Amino acid sequence: MGYTKDQLLARLQELRIEFSKYEHPVVLTVEAQAKHVGNVGASLSKNLFLKDKKQRFYIVSALADTKVDLKVLSQRLGLGKGGLRMAPEEALGEILQVPLGCVTPFALVNESARHVSLLLDQGFKSQQGCLFHPLSNDTSISLNTLSLDKFLKSIGRDPSYVDLEANPKVGKDQPPDLAALVPSDSIVLPEFAEGAPPSEHSNENHAATDVKPKAVKAKAVKTPAVAEKVKDKSSTGVLPSISFTDAGQFVEEILDKTSAILLSEIRDDTVRQHGEQLGAVVSDTLRKRLSSELKNLAIMFKNTAYTEGFHAGTRHQPKRP
Amino acid sequence: MEKREERAVEEGAAAAAGGEAEAAAEAEAEVNPWEVSGKIDYDKLIDKFGCQRLDQSLIDRVQRLTSRAPHVFLRRGVFFAHRDFNEILDAYERGDKFYLYTGRGPSSEALHLGHLIPFMFTKYLQDAFKVPLVIQLTDDEKCMWKNISVEESQRLARENAKDIIACGFDVTRTFIFSDFDYVGGAFYKNMVKVAKCVTYNKVVGIFGFTGEDHIGKVSFPPVQAVPSFPSSFPHLFNGKDHLRCLIPCAIDQDPYFRMTRDVAPRLGYHKPALIESSFFPALQGDTGKMSASDPNSAIYVTDSAKDIKDKINRYAFTGGQDTKEKQRLYGANLEVDIPVKYLSFFLEDDDELEHIKTEYGSGRMLTFDVKKRLTEILVEIVERHRRARAAVTDEMVDAFMAVRPLPSMFG
Repeated sequence: MGYTKDQLLARLQELRIEFSKYEHPVVLTVEAQAKHVGNVGASLSKNLFLKDKKQRFYIVSALADTKVDLKVLSQRLGLGKGGLRMAPEEALGEILQVPLGCVTPFALVNESARHVSLLLDQGFKSQQGCLFHPLSNDTSISLNTLSLDKFLKSIGRDPSYVDLEANPKVGKDQPPDLAALVPSDSIVLPEFAEGAPPSEHSNENHAATDVKPKAVKAKAVKTPAVAEKVKDKSSTGVLPSISFTDAGQFVEEILDKTSAILLSEIRDDTVRQHGEQLGAVVSDTLRKRLSSELKNLAIMFKNTAYTEGFHAGTRHQPKRP
Repeated sequence: MEKREERAVEEGAAAAAGGEAEAAAEAEAEVNPWEVSGKIDYDKLIDKFGCQRLDQSLIDRVQRLTSRAPHVFLRRGVFFAHRDFNEILDAYERGDKFYLYTGRGPSSEALHLGHLIPFMFTKYLQDAFKVPLVIQLTDDEKCMWKNISVEESQRLARENAKDIIACGFDVTRTFIFSDFDYVGGAFYKNMVKVAKCVTYNKVVGIFGFTGEDHIGKVSFPPVQAVPSFPSSFPHLFNGKDHLRCLIPCAIDQDPYFRMTRDVAPRLGYHKPALIESSFFPALQGDTGKMSASDPNSAIYVTDSAKDIKDKINRYAFTGGQDTKEKQRLYGANLEVDIPVKYLSFFLEDDDELEHIKTEYGSGRMLTFDVKKRLTEILVEIVERHRRARAAVTDEMVDAFMAVRPLPSMFG
């Protein structure tokens, strides 16, 4: 379950990060966004969600006017020519947990995005404020890079500003200058995402250059040596999944799962089949399907709380006599 | 007793690889802590080892005492043998609780489903009976037997601890320890007491040591014996010398715990009770060996959904017929079919399993459908595990491994 806009904004407020909020009708492209917030004195950003051939994902966030050449970027990252392409639509939901047209650096608050690399346009630094979607297309927030950096640091990220228009030579004696920004871990999507062509829609808000909508064959590269590697390192970077430290979000997740099953079980045919008994039937189904999963979630929540307490206890200063 | 539960799985129920003299097709299977081979006849094994069958009346009793459905591994006969489990239940009924003891030899980072099975079952026991659990990570054993460095074995122990924690153990009732960290104090005193009761000849008999084996190996057995005794954990069980211990393990560990059970009364402790499982088959079936060096012999917790689908489709040994037509005529051979065997481990719904067995066995269902259902279930399990593991931080491992009291461990 990903962060919601309100949760993110609350978090920004908690961290005392300054931003201005603008609400507007849902927009899917930078052009549409410009119609509503083009004159607020902040610079529009365009945000691309990219992936490479080894299932590694990137967000490139740039000023709307900056020219982003995927071929050049790909070389600068050390991925060769044409190593970068638009990520498939499914990845947006799975990894960034944002809707179409809503790619934003703020998506990195989600645990699912912890291996996504972020490249920020150097050009942001000289702006009074830059506009991003706070996980929802019906709002834009503007903040300066100091504030953005503060947020990124709070989620364990090191902000990386890059001159996106530069085109340095990459060759034998000139190593790719952005190689350090390639994620150390790939992200493997559930099966249905494999082989799906990147949707045409995702191009609109990205002002992308050379995207060929051909089927992307995602190979999860696995050799015996790789099989030994533990992919999910609990990294020092991102905090543990918020569901397990935030009671509110924990409960939301439980209610989401329950609602989903409830809604899927109440259909014309089941209403006809069970009539008045439908309530009892659905109640049983819910228990059967959710009981063990929710118990597991609850145990993780408990273990997380205990760990935080334990950790605090080991650093606790005894009361002065 | 080199490996623990996962040993059984790593050797696999393999056809005799010509190792033992008795390994002809129909002849005796070989089962001991360092080798599992041949087609296993579990009834004969129970007779040979002298342990008991876990019959339906015991399972019903567990259901009554715990007020919940017995775990799928009990219902399907995965855990099928025991020693003194009825005494554990008798004591429990009287209000005398017990504690659980299980462990892992951290020899590799990659865990597969076979490794998780004893932990899944132990978690169920912890939840159902509301009892504490100690988990031993035998990093010293792996350092000695696998010849890896002390640091590497400790690192693997911590990595494995994360996967173990991800199985859902309750931190307020669970103590995880590594031998390198914990051996000493009361634990070591018990080790010496045990060592004094076991002659060199005896360990050679049980573990097959030779004059060439280094002395570390020879003196290791007590390390794995003493967690069965509550006085080894004074921070947990102080004053509770008569607390009983129940050890879930794979049946190939039985000879090893016989040594412990033999020694216990001489030291004034209860014999630890055992609840034992059969072996988890390799993907390639009885003729395959599940081995860490062949990633296609098992489903790993790090496998992606696509990996799992591919492995099941390409490598799982099936009892289905060669063609659709033949399948519809003759049905599948359920005896050797791996997807059905895996389903019997992991498909919780008894009715659905029965339905699949009937339809597949009669030929109305195809191998393709069975594999598809299995893939769904395994992907769900693996993804749930991954998510849980991602939530395990180093601090959480420290908390589980801290020598601390557990005040609500019987609550």
